[in-house]
Amino acid sequence: MFFNSDVLRHVAGRIRRAGAILALSITMWSGCPGIAAHAGSFEDDVALLAARSFTESETAVTHLQVSGNPLAYPIISALKDGRLYAEEDSKKVFIKGPDGKIIDAANGQSVGALPDGAGVVRLNNRLRRTIDAALGSLTLLSPDVSVRVRAAQSVFKNHEESSLAPLDAALKNESNDAARKALTAARAAVILFKADASEADKLDAITIIKARGDQEALALLSGLPGDMSPAVARAATAAMTSIKGNLALWSTVQNAWYGLSLGSVLLLAAIGLAITFGVMGVINMAHGEMVMVGAYTTFVVQETIRTSYPTAFDYSLLIAVLLAFVVAGAIGVLIERTIIRFLYGRPLETLLATWGLSLILQQAVRTIFGPNNREVGNPSWMSGAFDIGQITITYNRLWILCFALTVFIILLAMLRFTRLGLEMRAVTQNRRMAASMGIATSRVDALTFGLGSGIAGVAGVALSQIDNVSPNLGQSYIIDSFMVVVFGGVGNLWGTLIGAFTLGIANKFLEPVAGAVLGKIAILVLIILFIQKRPRGLFALKGRAVDA
Amino acid sequence: MTSHFLTRSLDRSATVFLTIVAAVGVLLPLLNLLLPDTSILHVPTYLMTLFGKYVCYAVLALSIDLIWGYCGILSLGHGAFFALGGYAMGMYLMRQIGPRGVYADPVLPDFMVFLNWKSLPWYWQGFDMFWFAALMVVLVPGVLAFCFGWLAFRSRVTGVYLSIITQAMTYALLLGFFRNDFGFGGNNGLTDFKDILGFNVQAEGTRAALFTLSCLALAVSFLICRAVVGSKLGKVLIAIRDAESRTRFLGYRVESYKLFVFTLSACIAGVAGALYVPQVGIINPSEFAPGNSIEAVIWVAVGGRGTLVGAALGAVVVNYAKTLFTSGMLAPYWLFMLGALFVLVTLLLPKGIFGTWNAWRDARQVTGLTDDPHSATFEDGAVKPHMAE
Repeated sequence: MFFNSDVLRHVAGRIRRAGAILALSITMWSGCPGIAAHAGSFEDDVALLAARSFTESETAVTHLQVSGNPLAYPIISALKDGRLYAEEDSKKVFIKGPDGKIIDAANGQSVGALPDGAGVVRLNNRLRRTIDAALGSLTLLSPDVSVRVRAAQSVFKNHEESSLAPLDAALKNESNDAARKALTAARAAVILFKADASEADKLDAITIIKARGDQEALALLSGLPGDMSPAVARAATAAMTSIKGNLALWSTVQNAWYGLSLGSVLLLAAIGLAITFGVMGVINMAHGEMVMVGAYTTFVVQETIRTSYPTAFDYSLLIAVLLAFVVAGAIGVLIERTIIRFLYGRPLETLLATWGLSLILQQAVRTIFGPNNREVGNPSWMSGAFDIGQITITYNRLWILCFALTVFIILLAMLRFTRLGLEMRAVTQNRRMAASMGIATSRVDALTFGLGSGIAGVAGVALSQIDNVSPNLGQSYIIDSFMVVVFGGVGNLWGTLIGAFTLGIANKFLEPVAGAVLGKIAILVLIILFIQKRPRGLFALKGRAVDA
Repeated sequence: MTSHFLTRSLDRSATVFLTIVAAVGVLLPLLNLLLPDTSILHVPTYLMTLFGKYVCYAVLALSIDLIWGYCGILSLGHGAFFALGGYAMGMYLMRQIGPRGVYADPVLPDFMVFLNWKSLPWYWQGFDMFWFAALMVVLVPGVLAFCFGWLAFRSRVTGVYLSIITQAMTYALLLGFFRNDFGFGGNNGLTDFKDILGFNVQAEGTRAALFTLSCLALAVSFLICRAVVGSKLGKVLIAIRDAESRTRFLGYRVESYKLFVFTLSACIAGVAGALYVPQVGIINPSEFAPGNSIEAVIWVAVGGRGTLVGAALGAVVVNYAKTLFTSGMLAPYWLFMLGALFVLVTLLLPKGIFGTWNAWRDARQVTGLTDDPHSATFEDGAVKPHMAE
């Protein structure tokens, strides 16, 4: 809520002393003498609320709204929340604060307890609407910019004629650009719906609303009454068409962004798999569990930092990335040396053995950390969001996209420029030839598996920021990652990149059409059909290596 | 035809296996029905139903062994065919409930009334007749496997690629069957069955009959599988398993052979599912979970692939162990054990229990003759641990 009883008492204490505030408020309202003239004294209006009649309460609210008295807001919001009590005989009205403190509504003084005869002032729907409108215009003057913007939004939606005067007053003093924009749009909405506004004013209003161009502007325009002048009606229709086109464009951009975001997650999850599968021909069903290990490493790092060095929390992810790579990579090397080494040339058995490993790893994590989701926090530079046009982009998704691309580029560079990369490529292309050239293929295998697992661990750090960290984390990605690898082919990493982003974007564009689940099924079916044309994926290995 | 195969190909282990299945299939129900509860030899109904479940799993394992052990096709989606057969039977059982459901609608199953559906969807038509449902039990998995296999084998999707695609297939079905608007009861699946062919599914007599039927199904599918692998077709299948390209170059249409055996296997899995559902009393989408299908593969691996008898044995042994360990204080460790089973069997026991025992027995026989155990293991052509992709 916007206030608490401390604020109330503070305000109440100042009322008597600070006539200046009142004077200021009254000057603000002087732009609308017609309405202000209706108002009797503040105390009379408050007393109206004690009459227990909906009509009188409504009059009271409309009067309080323009009274300029600092108590008006607490009173009306208390009325809304059912915290306003009235005693019929003495015509006294009381506000009960959220913490149970009682205040006399007429003068803001503290009262020990509610009198026996006091009852809650009742509401009906009509009164509720009046209250919402009144609260909306009252908060237009709030010192907090975000409150002002929100108030302007609510006026924009309900476009009550009575809000015009407060809007004008607010606009006069407004210095913040965003708030000014919101207020102008709200004012345009009010003008548009005001019966006696001139045609020129209404046309101007439509232009302003059109410039706003979002879903709410569209809703506002389509809610216009039918008795508009032809020129206004035409302008409104044109504006609606333009807004619709604009919105369709933005929703495409939105889908594309979601697709890129999903694609980056898929890329992170699949890229390690592409390495182990591409180089070693090993299907690692425990790959998802490496991702999970990375996510739990993040959890452990954050817990340690929270308890020991709380100030370093923003660096937790950097530490976690390095540590997750080391931990998952070490587990990977261990698995390769103890199990997979003995299963080369038997891909189906490898698949089964690694599936068994995934069960063991999952259960181990469940035993150590418990079966429930673990809390992993966003560092400050990853929380929050910003707007571009009509879409909102969250920082964590943006960072993950950047991170995925960085990992991809580093890997690409590693394969291209380092000795291990060269050896890995040699082993991929022709294992026996590479061995004859003196490359220790078994060492390359171990390092490759470690690298693939390490990348999976790093992916886990990123995924911990957007997904639940639970023992099932890996399971949910394994089939999708396989789809990426099957689709992209194992020839080179570009296949994985293109596969991941194609699947991500296709998924997000199918989702609004077919629904999330059917979209996913459609993707799976499409991949099965795609395999018809290219059984070894988009970027297949060519030459003799294929049938190795 | 069948009798010809019977006389020709029934070796000792097959005879022993069939005898045991027949004995269990007759004895267990008799011990359940005829003996009083107080008798030591009395078999409680829950135990018989439990074993009925294992027998259905054994049929599923047979179907997997047929394609994996003899044709090298590792399907990680066979649970889907099992579940589809189960759903076909479940739909029949749902229609049999009739007006006895909670909402007492004469035609619509409860979940449809609950979802405010007005009439039966077209794909539910006909399931009130047993013969139709029984046909669908075989036909639906068969047609799906045929279409899927036709697409996959024709474009030469093999090895791990095929495994992953089959896994994606069962995953897609899992997602689909979870949806309410798919018309199969969504999350809850089909349950609360009352009658099968006019007999109460809960009654002891019906349960005993279902158990005997499951054993019969196991025996029949075993004979069918044996007939297939013992025929010339079976030889080609083994050739495909061991050297697919070479078989193709020799002029065999590899994809046709694969498609046939894959479809047959799916039909057998469907029958297993159909017998499973009335015994456990429920079928829901979790049967499609990829993990289930992989678990079924490990039954075959534990028992010994390419042996048929071993596959059935593996299914019963692993599932009995599962029941034993998941119910007691060892429950949290079951997944460790299952995982270790996957790893150890593939690493140390590539032929499985039955295959290893066979090899050991053969080796001993040969030792008796030539004193050279190495040549015997080398000669053992039934299971090749190093299988070409």
